[in-house]
Amino acid sequence: MAVLARASRDELEQAYLDLPNAPAYIWLRPPESGLVLVRGRTGETEASFNLGEVTTTRCALKLIDGTTGFAFTLGRDQRQAELAALFDALLQRGDETASASLKVVSEFEHAQSLRRDLKSRKAASTKVDFFAMSQAREPD
Amino acid sequence: MAYVAVKGGEQAILNSHRLIAEERRGDAAVPELTVRQVAEQMGLAVDRVMCEGSVYDRELAALALKQAQGDAVEAIFLLRAYRTTMPRFAVSNTLDTAQMAIQRRVSATFKDIPGGHVLGSTYEYTHRLLDFDLLDPAPCEDTKANIADRPLESGVGRAFDSIRDEGLIEVETAPAGQQAVFDLTREPLSLPAGRDQRLQNLARGDEGFVVGLAYSALRGYGAAHPYVGETRVGDVAVEIVPEELGFAVSIGDITVTECQMLDLFGGSELQPAQFTRGYGLSFGKSERKAMGMAIVDRSLRCRELGEEARYPVQDEEFVLAHTDNLEAAGFVSHLTLPHYVDFQADLQFIRQLRREKSGDHLDKEAAE
Repeated sequence: MAVLARASRDELEQAYLDLPNAPAYIWLRPPESGLVLVRGRTGETEASFNLGEVTTTRCALKLIDGTTGFAFTLGRDQRQAELAALFDALLQRGDETASASLKVVSEFEHAQSLRRDLKSRKAASTKVDFFAMSQAREPD
Repeated sequence: MAYVAVKGGEQAILNSHRLIAEERRGDAAVPELTVRQVAEQMGLAVDRVMCEGSVYDRELAALALKQAQGDAVEAIFLLRAYRTTMPRFAVSNTLDTAQMAIQRRVSATFKDIPGGHVLGSTYEYTHRLLDFDLLDPAPCEDTKANIADRPLESGVGRAFDSIRDEGLIEVETAPAGQQAVFDLTREPLSLPAGRDQRLQNLARGDEGFVVGLAYSALRGYGAAHPYVGETRVGDVAVEIVPEELGFAVSIGDITVTECQMLDLFGGSELQPAQFTRGYGLSFGKSERKAMGMAIVDRSLRCRELGEEARYPVQDEEFVLAHTDNLEAAGFVSHLTLPHYVDFQADLQFIRQLRREKSGDHLDKEAAE
């Protein structure tokens, strides 16, 4: 679910188009946008405080064979949540769509890890080594 | 002081709305700004609106900025108003900033820290010269940033962990018997405020006011001697436990800025000399805000640490009641509304005072 929640709508649409056949499903809970209250830690204590809210979309669906899928995604894109829930359901089936979906998810995971890696390497290019002026002096 | 209810003016108000729309659009010969462009290219303005609007949603914040013609406080108002129309699904688990995917991380306390100092995209070392190349759109290169061979280490500890182990940094403990976490969006300000209420208040508070208060504490209207123990900017995962699933799921990443201030504390009867802490956390890239928040948080801990409260920044009621820019801007700008009755009353009062004064004068002259 963590990987599907981080997949973009375009990526999910493409993966959906690549499915051998479009799976039918009914809504257990149609997509709905709302808020999740985000808690921060109060310094390093066990206590927390309310930092603010983040928009979230949730939905739940059921495939014809009864398999259920859930999605919680950040933002208000209901189609993105719908497709994430669909793949969540497909993953839990015991047939070839599950293995196809598993492949989709591992591709997403790979793409996400590449994005994270690139972002981190760009930040790493700004790693700095300050030195105090006294150290910079030539030895006598 | 109160304004009076008035009727009429509908046409003028509607026409004012049309005038706003025209001014917002500006010269029709210039292409219209898209919300996507605002979200991508005015990122720090978007961050401020999300932070003080208290809703993390780049698209909504960018829309609010476009609608408000770039007026941050008006955009924050729009976002807060929209927020009230949305249901709240869940409360997240506490963010784990120790696991942040770092984009910037610096400490003013030690030169060499495990994991190193990472400048990130800071304006700190720029020359602050206008870049006239930006006057004209330039073709977009694939990437302007340099790319290091290796990514940063993940899960690095705090920069000041080494002296924490020596016991020289305050060990923070949660107040005993803390019940539900205070939520300012559901309950009004309540004093004395717990640290949870204070931090939420400051996180939503006006950046200018919070930074100004922090500045006052540094300049002498306060007792702050802070060091940036560590400030870090990066992405953290938001995790919730949906009722229907019963286990924690990670639903995406948000960018936050965290600041841990260490403040010189000479000790008291109860505690030895040590570095005490102030904490700041804010949505997006908003370091100035997070640092201001941490300094004000520490200043407001004066009572807890047995210090005398002598300055405005240490006065909880003064600070917490005036941080919210919606309330502040609303109260100030309501003065443009009709106060005709009040004004008439005051006018009458002034005339009366003058009459009395000149009456006294005449009486005195007559007595002489």
